[in-house]
Parts: sequence; C-alpha cells; structure tokens
Amino acid sequence: MSEIIRFESVHYTYPGDELESLCGVSLSIEEGSFVAVVGHNGSGKSTLAKHMNAILIPDEGKVTVCGTDTSDQDRLIDIRRNVGMVFQNPDNQIVANVVEDDVAFAPENLGVEPSEIRNRVDEALTLVGMYEYRQHAPHLLSGGQKQRIAIAGIIAMKPRVIVLDEPTAMLDPIGRREVLSTVKELCREHGMTVVLITHHMDECIDADRMVIMADGYIAADGTPAQLFADPELMERQGLDVPETVKLMYALNKEGWDLPLDALGVEECAEVIRKAVGK
Amino acid sequence: MLKDITLGQYFPGDTIVHRLDPRTKLICVILFIVALFLAVNWTGYAIVLAATVIFMILSKISPKRIFSGLKPMLFIIVLTGALNIFYTKGTPVVEGWMITWEGIERAVQMILRITLLISGTFLLTYTTSPIAITDGLEMLLKPLKLIRFPVHEMTLMMSMALRFIPTLIEETDKIMSAQRARGADFETGGLIKRAKALLPILVPLFVSSFRRADELAVAMESRCYHGGEGRTRMKQLKFAGRDYVTLTLFVLFLAGMILLKRTAA
Repeated sequence: MSEIIRFESVHYTYPGDELESLCGVSLSIEEGSFVAVVGHNGSGKSTLAKHMNAILIPDEGKVTVCGTDTSDQDRLIDIRRNVGMVFQNPDNQIVANVVEDDVAFAPENLGVEPSEIRNRVDEALTLVGMYEYRQHAPHLLSGGQKQRIAIAGIIAMKPRVIVLDEPTAMLDPIGRREVLSTVKELCREHGMTVVLITHHMDECIDADRMVIMADGYIAADGTPAQLFADPELMERQGLDVPETVKLMYALNKEGWDLPLDALGVEECAEVIRKAVGK
Repeated sequence: MLKDITLGQYFPGDTIVHRLDPRTKLICVILFIVALFLAVNWTGYAIVLAATVIFMILSKISPKRIFSGLKPMLFIIVLTGALNIFYTKGTPVVEGWMITWEGIERAVQMILRITLLISGTFLLTYTTSPIAITDGLEMLLKPLKLIRFPVHEMTLMMSMALRFIPTLIEETDKIMSAQRARGADFETGGLIKRAKALLPILVPLFVSSFRRADELAVAMESRCYHGGEGRTRMKQLKFAGRDYVTLTLFVLFLAGMILLKRTAA
C-alpha cells in the first residue's frame, strides 16, 4: 500500500504557549488503513490531527499529504479536499438549516455541477444511513445522527482520507455505536483511509494500527493487539484497556495462560471457551 | 420553555403560493407595497384589499393567523388612527368637537393601509421558508456585486444566524437551569432586578458563542470554504410558468393603481 500522509520530525507550538505541543513527530500513514490515535488530554493528538489538513502548519519539519507539502498555501484547497475532517461537537460544524443543504456545502464550495452535487449528497446520505432524514432540520436530530450528517458532509467532498477528532466524545452510547460502525464501513467497504482520534480504548479494537501520543511524542505505535498485550506500557501511559483485555489480564493472573490478542467480545469468548474446554 | 418560540413564522404547505419562486414573491411584495401607497381613494383600497384576500385564500393562510400576527402592532395601529381622527381639519362631526368627518375617513384609510402592509409581508414570510428567502435575496441582489457589495457574505450570515438560533436557545435554557440550580431567581422582582438577573446568563452565552464561532470557522475551512467565488449551488432557483404569470399580473396591478391615481387626481 502506498503512503498518503507523512510527518517528518514535526514541531509545533501554539502561539502564546511556552511548551511545544508536538516535539518532533514522524509518522507515515498508508492509504486505505484505519489508524487510531490515542492519548490523554494535552498529549498533542488533536494538534496532530489539525496538521493533516493544513489547519495548522508545522513550525519545523514537514507534513506531506498525497505528495503535497501542507505549507504550500496555493494548494490549500487541494489538500483539504483530499483530507476531510470531522470534529467533536456536531452542532458547531453543521452550517445549514436542512440536512441535505448541509451535506451539499463542501461540494458547493468546490464548484461542482449542481446535478453532480445532488448525486453526491444522495450517495453520502445513503452511506451514513440518513437518507430518509434529508429534509429534516439538523437541530431536531440526536447527537449521533448529527455526527453522521457531519460525516456525510465530508464524504460528499470525496476525500481520500477522513480524520475524525474525538467524534464520539459528546455522544451517548447509542450515538457512539452508530458513528463507529459508519466509520468502520467507510474504511473496510469504501477503501477510505481513516484516522480516528479518541480516548475510548474500545474504539481502537478494530483499527489496523494504534498510535499512542504522550506529551507531544509518539509513545508507542503498533497493532492494537500488540499494544494491549503489553500491560506495562498501558499502565505507564495511564491508559485503560478494553474490557476484554482486562478480563484476560485478570484470568492470566489467576494462572491461566491466555493470549491477549483476542480483542473483540466474540473472539474473547471463543478463546475462553477453548481454554475451558481443554 | 424557550423552545416553544416559533421562528421565522413559516407555515409549510403545498399551495400555489408556497410553490412560487422566492424571487417572485419578494418582487411581488415590493410591487404590492408600492401599489398600496398609490391608493388614494376607496376604490384603490378596495382593489388592494381584494388582492390581499385573493392571496390569503390561495395560500390557505387563515385570517386568524394574520390577525394574531398583527397583535404586536396594535398599539401603532391605534395610535395612527387616533392621531388622524383628531388632527385632520374639516367639517366637525358635532359642532365644537375636534373629530371631523374627514378625520374619520383618513383614520380608517390609514389603519387599512398599515394592516394591509403588514398582512402582505406576512403572506411572504408565512409561505416562504427563511432559507428560501435568503436564497432569493442573494439572487436578486447579485447585481450589487458590481459595486462591491458583499451579497454572498451577507446572505450567508443571515442563513447562519437562522441556523444557530435554535442552538443558542437550547444553550440559554441550559445556562438558566444551571443558574437556577444555584439559586438564581429570574421570575420575581421589578424590571430592573430581572434585567440584572439576566446578566449572569448573557456572559457565559457570549463566551460560548465566540468559541462556537471559532470552531465553526475551522469546520467551514476544512470543508473548503473560500468565499463566494467559484461557488455553485445544489438547488438552483428556476422561474416556472406560474412565476411569469404572477409577475405579469402584479405589474398590471401596479399599472392599474397608477392609472387610478392619475384619474383621481
């Protein structure tokens, strides 16, 4: 697979801050992969995300998106069209009074033909499962529905990468599930590259890769199974592990010898069933 | 409680008036107002009144709704009427009184004029969604771009404001509940005391609105917003046969009113 986003020892300090928010981050993201970025508040994970579509430009180092340097002001629209971003608060990213008008916003900005916009809007709304709500007013929808509208608004732009900055932080459990399954589908069935910034560990289970950020550095980088299997690392980073892994840890402490890479509930149950059957 | 406020006063429907292009309706309202001010005698007023009633029937908006909308203007209507009754010179109704026959006639005409003026604009806002009105305005004001008037920015601001009204009302509700939970009292006391009680609501509301505006701006930029230049619209406004017919009728209507005024004078 080819590389789509590349960070080369990126440093960034917010204006007026003394501490660096990113202190030399190097990272390469492959096209079509599902990458989860986790870390505590202030670890720099949101700052990292905002570098991916040129909202922030590195002070030092370089970010390349689809081969374009993000510091190239003339290519700004190109970069943003390729890397869509969904934010935490769905209310603050919806611009129109009607769902379909909001989804049309990005393609309208790009100057797409009206009939083509119509197609894209219908397609995007069907994909997130909100087509029947196209005439609704966004403020009457639930948080999860609003967030899916925001995702549709990005899909309508036809980006290659979709970056989600804690998209579930303000949602209830049902809303979270809706948004996550939409995100997974985007990656698995439509080949979109997904970067999911989160602090819910169970949202990382299905990712191909997990990046742990701490104090502006990348503290660990690997598959979720690898990282969760290292209790010391998770402990040191002060990060929680998914319930399934917790159960495995506890059982292993009691003398069982279970592998730690069964992260999903089903797989976990299967592993335990086998162990008991032995 | 704040959620119950109806906004924009739009009543969705599927009548011919609802289906008219917003631009047509905007132009017609302007023509209507001009025609109204050209009415100088009873015939003139009767014609304008008839036009209003026809549109009321066509749009299936009940007179009750129009009258309930007129309520806040009642004071102005009564005041205008009263002033005209007392301050028009002519033959007194009873010798020695200030009230004259001419005054009564003027007063009735004035009241009719204001009522019709408001009813006409209500017919526009009742049958056209706020977004359609802003879209129509943007298209109609397009020529002003030549003198560098920021038409797109202005209409975007209008529709954005409409979009955020419910969000901000929700937020105000939340802040008020939070303040109430800590013993704030918004209901009792005089006007000044109650106005003062609102201050602790306004401050957090302002702060959060600025934060919202900031986030919204970033979200818009992320969706490739770069001003009105090179922008297309998904929903194109299109004039249909009914629009041409309505516009022609209104132009004829206005011409008729001008003629009427000429002959009366």
